[in-house]
Amino acid sequence: MRDALGSVQSVLVLGGASDIALATMRALVGQRTRRVVLAGRRLDELGGAVEELQRAGAEQVDTVAFDADDVDSHERVVTESFERLGDVDLVLVAFGVLGDQERSLRDPAAARAVLHTNLLGAASVTLTAARRLREQGHGTLVVLSSVAAERARRSNFVYGASKAGIDALCQGLADELAPDGIQVMAVRPGMVRTKMTAGMDEAPFTTTPEAVAEAIVDGLRRGSHTVWVPPALRWVFAALRHLPRPVFRRLDL
Amino acid sequence: MHRAGSADEVAQLLAASGARGAIARGMGRAYGDAAQNAGGTVIDTGGLAAVREVDLARGRATVEAGVSLDSLIAALLPLGWFPDVVPGTRFVTVGGAIASDIHGKNHHRDGAFGDHVLELELVTPGGERIRCSPDRQADVFAATAGGMGLTGVVVAATVRLSRIETSWMRVDTERTADLDDALARMEARDDQYRYSVAWIDCLARGSQLGRSVLFRGDHAGLDELPHQRREAPLQAPPPPQLAAPSWVPDGLLRRSTVAAFNELYFRRAPRLERGRLESLQRFFFPLDAVRGWNRMYGPRGFLQYQLVVPFGAEDTLRAAIERLSGSRCASFLAVLKRFGRERGLISFPMPGWTLALDVPAGAPGLAALLDGLDELVAGAGGRVYLSKDSRLRPELVADMYPRLAEWRKIRERLDPEGRMRSDLARRLGLVAARPTADAPA
Repeated sequence: MRDALGSVQSVLVLGGASDIALATMRALVGQRTRRVVLAGRRLDELGGAVEELQRAGAEQVDTVAFDADDVDSHERVVTESFERLGDVDLVLVAFGVLGDQERSLRDPAAARAVLHTNLLGAASVTLTAARRLREQGHGTLVVLSSVAAERARRSNFVYGASKAGIDALCQGLADELAPDGIQVMAVRPGMVRTKMTAGMDEAPFTTTPEAVAEAIVDGLRRGSHTVWVPPALRWVFAALRHLPRPVFRRLDL
Repeated sequence: MHRAGSADEVAQLLAASGARGAIARGMGRAYGDAAQNAGGTVIDTGGLAAVREVDLARGRATVEAGVSLDSLIAALLPLGWFPDVVPGTRFVTVGGAIASDIHGKNHHRDGAFGDHVLELELVTPGGERIRCSPDRQADVFAATAGGMGLTGVVVAATVRLSRIETSWMRVDTERTADLDDALARMEARDDQYRYSVAWIDCLARGSQLGRSVLFRGDHAGLDELPHQRREAPLQAPPPPQLAAPSWVPDGLLRRSTVAAFNELYFRRAPRLERGRLESLQRFFFPLDAVRGWNRMYGPRGFLQYQLVVPFGAEDTLRAAIERLSGSRCASFLAVLKRFGRERGLISFPMPGWTLALDVPAGAPGLAALLDGLDELVAGAGGRVYLSKDSRLRPELVADMYPRLAEWRKIRERLDPEGRMRSDLARRLGLVAARPTADAPA
């Protein structure tokens, strides 16, 4: 059970190999988390995480094969994970691909792949988990969105579109599930130094997986529905969002 | 949530409970998650509200579990009787008082609520209706009084009553310079009073660490009342007259405001005052006068925390108060008291010092502070109160409650199918986990 200060005891991570997921799990195992299922595409990539979390004090760290793009398998993956954990206090949806904007413009199939993983895959597994949490009568869903969801920018609007889609789904789902006592939290980080962004030029306000993890833990404590990392980006993007189009267009974003 | 009006209905609800089980709930005033059951059945005992028998010749009453102490007091007080044990609020049910094995200001002399239950009627998780007492099915009784509702549903109980002449208390008040002074005064003279409690300033530091105001007293006799009060000496407590405002800004009770309040409260208290008459309501249930007083903590609410350490572990108590006063968490209402005997299997009280606090839930660093206190308390052979808990690390429960294994054995015998469940039980692992059974077919 989640306690009065937002600590959770059992967590299902979808996208278990992600840097943000691992940083978050480190923080949570440092609190009360003892049972974890890491679901990911490549089980061999999860070995290090399993070992690390066990060393940090987790009693049970299982891995489950999970392919976000294989939406027909989501029901089975979620069922198996819930069975392994018993009660699930937190479901963390942490997978995503950045894609290549240039390539997406040349090849719509590349754009489709980004949308398929980040939007269709995420929506499918989020809704599957949400149904299970509702049956269980409690739980929290944390979904990795992005500041890119707030305003589409020329440089990454395919990724932005996928995140805007999943973010909208989370906002609505949060309201839908609130009467059942289930919290849904969308996390909107700016650029994060991870495997996904390796080699890219750093944007202003670039942050770390640890900072995102800390913001998630804090959001659990507060019961937040939307979390910005770093928090200042909330106001930056509020401003960008209301910038008149001719001005916005002249910005190199 | 289902309301039960009879023992049969309780049995039916238990039989119909699904994989997520069932738990009874009285007035829903528990500070933690003891009477919550996410996704499962909650049996509201509000319909079990009959006073079955009052035997004033022997000073006992048999009541259904949903009867509140408020209504019991309202019925008995005009007749000159009062429950043997009452907590700091009268808005709890008899069933809840048994499940939590609550204590009052007289624990040092009279023990806990369970010590004054002569017999109780339990609907077991299997639907059987049994009577148990300290002599009859004593193990079931010991596991149920203080058993957090996890041995079945208490549907009725016979409790002992005290004879009183007036609804007034004769109270002595003393200010103590620091913690040592408070402990010494309590040790020396607590036994001369039936009721004793200290308000303690958990923010005072240095030479004033643990400064307190002692309130000790007894029921006043008729001849102690002024003449004009003697005509109607027994008056039931009034219903709440004040209400907390519906909205309070987050963080109203922060360290600075609470420190200022504490300073004022301490200075206002008389250095030494003997024999002041105070209404029973004011002495026992000061907070009940303000409806929704909990809202003063702002939208984030507050957390209760109560520890006990055995006599001899005064250094641990001091260390705990030092940590509290050194932290940024402001405890608004802290209470220090001496406990008497231990009873039952997982009842909270043990001979020693108990400290109860409430702290705003949003206080920074609160989780780490309380985790540290847990370790300290467990290390000294003490424990924290499960009825108030909402964040204990489950690994520590067995250290704090050495008879937990014994309790579990009795519980599992009564509940082989694992029907009784609560969020507290899940969180602390009190009830064996059944991961596969929780999954729908």
